[in-house]
Amino acid sequence: MKLQKNTRLALYSVLEFALDPARQIAAAEIAAKYGVSPHHLAKVLSELARAGVVESVRGVGGGYRFAGNARRLTLMDVIRMFEELSEPDGERREPGERTPVGRALSAVLSEIDEIATATFSSITLATMLRLLERQQRQAANAARLSGRAERAAARRAARRD
Amino acid sequence: MCVILFAGRVVATRRARREGPDGARTQAAPEPAPVVAIRAVRRGDLREIVAIDAAVTGIEKRAYWHALFRRYGVAGDADRQFLVAEADGAVVGFVIGEVRDWEFGSPPCGWVFGIDVRPEARQRGVGAGLLAAICAGFRRAGVTKVRTMLARDNTLILSFFRSQGMMAGPFIPLEMDLAHGGPR
Repeated sequence: MKLQKNTRLALYSVLEFALDPARQIAAAEIAAKYGVSPHHLAKVLSELARAGVVESVRGVGGGYRFAGNARRLTLMDVIRMFEELSEPDGERREPGERTPVGRALSAVLSEIDEIATATFSSITLATMLRLLERQQRQAANAARLSGRAERAAARRAARRD
Repeated sequence: MCVILFAGRVVATRRARREGPDGARTQAAPEPAPVVAIRAVRRGDLREIVAIDAAVTGIEKRAYWHALFRRYGVAGDADRQFLVAEADGAVVGFVIGEVRDWEFGSPPCGWVFGIDVRPEARQRGVGAGLLAAICAGFRRAGVTKVRTMLARDNTLILSFFRSQGMMAGPFIPLEMDLAHGGPR
């Protein structure tokens, strides 16, 4: 399953908002962080607001803030807002899909899609936030250990001098 | 025998606060939290375990659970664990697993092959408590990895394991329909 640009942007944004649900974040801040145009992001955010996942905050320092339930909302719920996931109808089928080789290849591609769907459907935003926290903790530990090793190496070098 | 006690509601609330923004909005329930004890299974628990499994899966498997009890109901064996969660004198959940050596070429690791919580006792941290208890047992048995496998359309339990930090492992399950093909 290849996610479209808008879907990825929606996932980035929703996770940014869910990280601190009380905080209102300007679209420009997220756009700058992920290197996209604010105009493009605005369309994605307005779709998320329509679905009730975020809400817009007007006035000075306005922006958006999280309005969903992080323990219930899955990655798949967000993906479905931006991707057409239903089986393609006859007209939209790829050429050759109805041939024996095409059907065999479709079976393999469906297998991959089913696994991807199961994965996205089983991961809530709360789970993603914990994964993020765990990765940051691991990175901090690795940095601390690396710093300690560097300091020890510097001490050894100083003693040799 | 190792018994772990916790107040289900309190543990769930603390975890929710730690877990994320939604948890911060979780309100403590006004009624006192039932104390949940996690302990090794006893023969007398089997009737309730069969009932929980039947309620969740729709199939009553009495002989299967009695056979599992004979194999895994040995208290003190860290390699084979069959634990139950008990609240107000009733079994509200169970977990079962074992250490498997070199299966699929993998160094010894813990496998959880059954976990369930009575539907009305969910959302109180009972499942998380059971998983933590069996993982503690696996650590005592000297393994550093725990695995499980479940149907990909079982989103509820998949979400539970994901929420506890489990990720996709390095193995891919494969199967074949013997009635319509396969090597002969």
